[in-house]
Amino acid sequence: MTAVFLFASAFIASAVEMVEALTIVLASGITRGWRSSLAGLGAATVALAAIVGALGPALTLIPISALRLFVGGLLLAFGLQWLRKAILRASGFKPLHDEDAIFARELADARAAGRKERMGLDWYGFTLSFKGVLLEGLEVAFIVITFGSTQGNVGLAALAAGVALTVVATIGVLVRAPLSRVPENTMKFAVGVMLTTFGIFWATEGAGGSWPGEDAALPVVLAFVIALSFGAVALLRRRRPSLVAA
Amino acid sequence: MRRIRAFGSFWWDFVVGDDWRAAAGVVLGIGITAAIAAADIAAWWFLPLAVAVVLWLSLRREALRTSR
Repeated sequence: MTAVFLFASAFIASAVEMVEALTIVLASGITRGWRSSLAGLGAATVALAAIVGALGPALTLIPISALRLFVGGLLLAFGLQWLRKAILRASGFKPLHDEDAIFARELADARAAGRKERMGLDWYGFTLSFKGVLLEGLEVAFIVITFGSTQGNVGLAALAAGVALTVVATIGVLVRAPLSRVPENTMKFAVGVMLTTFGIFWATEGAGGSWPGEDAALPVVLAFVIALSFGAVALLRRRRPSLVAA
Repeated sequence: MRRIRAFGSFWWDFVVGDDWRAAAGVVLGIGITAAIAAADIAAWWFLPLAVAVVLWLSLRREALRTSR
């Protein structure tokens, strides 16, 4: 059961970040040339693989209870950020993530920037693509390393990220446009729920608590976080008029 | 020095984000869970409850701020 959760969580989280990275790579490629954009993408991918390759095995050396406490706490803090933003978007307190608008903004910025060549590459195009992929990819690397090491299965989490990369890259090459039809807001909500669920589960175990039914409690925690999130959306939607009037 | 500050600021934003109180609530919640578990009392129920409270307070704060 936890392997399915692990794969699904790493896949969805990776896919949503890769959709965002694709938007930046496309904007860079269209405006600044594909060579520089793809070189940036390649360099960032190598950097991310090095991070996962170095930190993944290193984390497995930490005793499991300390690792779960540390990773659970990190995931909980990180997951609550995602969940908070997703709930605020779903209840109308924050604008929805719009990939088309982000693409238009990136295109305009890239067109306006001056040209400077380094190592035969358009430097703006290279760094735009590199930074975009590295920053979006760091969240993927963080999830792959934390989920994988705590479950003792970095390979499965990395496989999920690899499958997500293949799917998003293939669709990106075919469509050659930002993947604005991907239900990103829903996916971000799902990632927030999963990160928070794993965070609660592992942090409790790491702090010395034990779950009734052990791993079987995970779906119950998941159901609790889903109910909590939908409850918060409903409450905020109801409060919205009075808050605006206040 | 500027680079060290930028590096620190990046990781702060990455993990803590724009509501440090929520992150502090998480740390406090884990600490209390550990204290309950150390007293040999079932502690599994505390963190979900703490997360519910921390999340709601954070949402409420942001909703009020947005509505102003």
